[in-house]
Order: sequence, then C-alpha cells, then structure tokens
Amino acid sequence: MTDPWPVAFEDRMATVEFDVAPEPHITVDGDLCRGCTTRECVTACPANLFVPTSDGGILFNYEQCFECGTCYLVCNTAGAITWRYPTGGRGVVFRRS
Amino acid sequence: MRAACWTNWRRNSESAVAEAFEAVVVGAGPAGSAAALVLARAGRRVALLERGPFPGSKNMYGGVVYGRILDTLVPRWWDEVPVQRWITRRATMVLTPTQSMTVDFRSETWGAEPYNGCTTLRPDFDAWLAGKAEEAGAELIVATTATGLLRDRGRIAGVRTDRPDGDVRAPVVIACDGVNSFLAKEAGLYHHTEAGHFTLGAKEVLALPRDEIDRRFGLQDDHGADFEILGGTGDVPGGAFLYTNADTISIGVVLRLPDLARSGRRPEDFIAALKAHPAIAPLVDGGQLKEYSAHLIPEGGYDEMPELSTDGMLVAGDAAGLCLAAGIWLEGVNFAIASGAAAGRTASEALSRGDTSVGGLAGYRRRLEDSFVLQDHRKLRRAPRLVLSDRLQHAYPRVVCDLVEELFTVRNPTAKTGGTRTAWRELRKSDLRLRDVARDAWTILRTFG
Repeated sequence: MTDPWPVAFEDRMATVEFDVAPEPHITVDGDLCRGCTTRECVTACPANLFVPTSDGGILFNYEQCFECGTCYLVCNTAGAITWRYPTGGRGVVFRRS
Repeated sequence: MRAACWTNWRRNSESAVAEAFEAVVVGAGPAGSAAALVLARAGRRVALLERGPFPGSKNMYGGVVYGRILDTLVPRWWDEVPVQRWITRRATMVLTPTQSMTVDFRSETWGAEPYNGCTTLRPDFDAWLAGKAEEAGAELIVATTATGLLRDRGRIAGVRTDRPDGDVRAPVVIACDGVNSFLAKEAGLYHHTEAGHFTLGAKEVLALPRDEIDRRFGLQDDHGADFEILGGTGDVPGGAFLYTNADTISIGVVLRLPDLARSGRRPEDFIAALKAHPAIAPLVDGGQLKEYSAHLIPEGGYDEMPELSTDGMLVAGDAAGLCLAAGIWLEGVNFAIASGAAAGRTASEALSRGDTSVGGLAGYRRRLEDSFVLQDHRKLRRAPRLVLSDRLQHAYPRVVCDLVEELFTVRNPTAKTGGTRTAWRELRKSDLRLRDVARDAWTILRTFG
C-alpha cells in the first residue's frame, strides 16, 4: 500500500523545528560500520539519518535527530554508535505533538 | 512562563551555599514536574532541570492523558489543563489488510467533570505542569542538559550539567530523564537494556478543520475520539493509534524495535500503509501534515524495570520504565505523574530525617507498591509478551475478522451455520494449535480478568 497523500521525506522533516547544535551529539565509527551487513540503523531511524555509502560505509547526519535513541538500541555492533543528548537548549523542538 | 535564564543560574551558582538545593530533579516532563511540585510545596529548595528550551519540547506521546491522578496535586485541574479534547469515544480496532472490526464505546459521562481522559499537546501540557511546580517555588532551569552524576564518597550528590560551572549539588537527585535515562544507567540501576523491550512510536499530526473532525468522528463540543489499533503494522509486532485534537488529528504506529530494524521497512512507510487502509483512509483524507515526530516507549513492564533507588537518587516516569503498554490499556503520563509525586514525597521525608541513603529512600518502592503504579504493572506483567506475540499480532486478528465476516455473509440459498461451528471452522482453517489458543486464553484471563 502507498500513502494516498505522499509527502517527500524532506518535506516531512521540514515540519519539525530543530535548533541545531554546532557539535554532533552522535558519533558513528565508520570503520566498524563497514563490517556491518545488517544496517539496523538505516531501516529504523525515524528521521532517516543513516545513509549507506557505495564504499560500504555509513553517511550520518545528526542535524535532524529526534533524540529518540532507536539507533544505539538496534545497533548490533558494539561501539559503532556513541550517543548522548545535545547541548542544553539545542536539538529537536516539538510544537504540536 | 517564567523560565530561569542564564542570569538566574549565575546568581545561584555564585551564592551556592545560601541557595544550595535540597533536591535536584532532572527532566521537566510529567514525572519531574510532579516531583518538583511536591517538594516545593513541602518547602524544599528544588531545582528542576530541563534540557529542552521549554518543558515538553522533547516529548511526544500517543496521546491520552488520564488526569484523575492530578486530583490531589491540582484541585479542579480540568478547569485549567491545556486540553485539546475530552475523550468520550474510545474505539478498539482490529485490522487485517482488507478487514476491520471495531469495538466502539461512547460515554457522555466522560465529557463532564471529573472527566476520564483528554488529548493534549505535550509542549502545552508539560509546560503547564512545570509552571505549577514553579508557582510552588521550584526553580525551573531550562536549556540545561545533565551530563552525569556527582558523587561524594561513593553516593550520588548531585548532577553535572553542560553549563559552565554547571555542577548542581543536592542530597537527593530525582532522575526523570526519560526512556533513555542516562542517569539511571550511570547509577547502575539498569542491569541490562534490550532493544526487544522498547517500541518506537512514530506519529503524524494532520490539520483538518474542526467541524470536519467533528463530522468524521461523530463528535460535538469539545469531545474527542481515541482509536487504538491492533494488526495495523504488517509483519512487525506493535500497534497503532488515531485520535483527535482540537483542529488536528494524530495518527501513528508503535513498532517493536528489533523487528522494525529487521523488516527493511521504514517507520514512515508503516504510517503511510495505515493511512491507506480502507477503514482509516476516510478519516484522515486530506489532512495536511503539520508535524512528524518519534519517541521510544519502554514496554518491558514490571519484569524489566530498573531498580528504583540508590544512595542519593530516585528514578521516576519513563526513566523507571513506568509505561503501561498492556493492549487494551495504554497509559504513561498518569504513571509518570504518580511516580514523580511519590518520589517527591519520599525525598522530602528523607530530607526531614536527614537520611537520603538507599535505606532512607526505601519508602519510594513501598509507596509505589501500595499504589496503582506497581499494582497495575504487577497485575499486567504478562501483558507485554502476550500483546506483542505473533499469535495476538497476526493470527487472532485474522481469525476474528474472518469469523465475523463469515457470520455476516449471507450465503443464500445455503442456510446459516451456527456461531460455534463457524468459530471452529475458522480456527481449523488457521494455523493455530488449539493448545496455544487455550494457553493464551488462560493468560488473557489471568492478566486482564
């Protein structure tokens, strides 16, 4: 089934307010990710922040993160994802949820 | 709202001795604000830290607040709570790809004082409750992330924050820092965290004119509808929901993490499929996306909760895994408020005795055991496994829908088959083993009976 009212993913994310911190609050160890075949984060991250690259790595963008914690919980590669909360006042700002 | 700003913070840190806090509450969600409110009313100097720019800015939910727990904290809370709609229609829906069966209940009683449940937006609700704590004298400090625990001879003695000179010392810390609770983990209160005990909630808020919402959901005045949905998440165990706000509707899915990760389908695809279901599509048709959001839900229940206290610290709300995800009952905010208030009371008593050691704080667990918080969780401890089981998620919705379809399909000139015979036939047609069905029936009876 497809959405009868499709919204492009960028437009979906454009509905959410982010006060982006200058420093990433999540770091991804590219070397560890290259050995991962299951790529749980790519499927499960609701903000679609993990993008596989052609060389087998993971391209990661912290800027539109919901700060939910899904990525580090589903990750099967110990130490690949380091996760903490963004600096106080920064990050996602829900307004209507 | 009068949120403490940088200047207040400086003032506090410069006169740390004079204004030393007796308690620091981390997280101004429902649990933290309830804890701070109770402490402030007891005359305690309490800091309420919030990492977002305002309380509620990091929070979303799935979407009914059952407010009666507020009776003792805010008398006549219904006169002032930032309500979207009062729930007077509660529907439980079972879906297969082409069928739906709904138990649809309405009560006018729920639309009048003292009400049963309401929909609200978390930035509004959480800010309102935090405001109550502030009015009582709690110091709300926003835009401040607690980055770790301070220890004094082994026991917890406050939190470190990301402010310059950001240590906040207090004899008792109440960790209400949400489902990921880094503080409870750092304190060693979680012995393990498995992805299988968490679900991801992903939600769309869709704008529709208020009178159109009234018409589609059969509502009037400030009444609202809450649909809880089983079987709408394909192969991934979980659930779905649809409820009305004033001039928006919220639709979302709840997906068990490891199954979602393995499914190869992204969260927003599940929402799209749900919106396209023939029983749902007419209700959400044309709704314009106003906000997309996601959050984790601790669904492990009683058996997966962390320890609730240690020397100098208590844990409440989602941080303590106190979210009730038990199929027909889906509650969290009320458990957060109740556990936060109980933590606040316990901390205040412990401060009076001058003993905030794990022994001095032991009353917290007893308080929760004596209240609905742990009584409901203990009674429903088998619910999470049952509700997310393959049979309940997939086999039973199909059997139930097929059975009802068979009952109401008129196959003239063939005569009607009795209900029992039809039920047996549908059961035999499914892959279900009678032994498993009997066992599940017994578990359901023991859990929900």
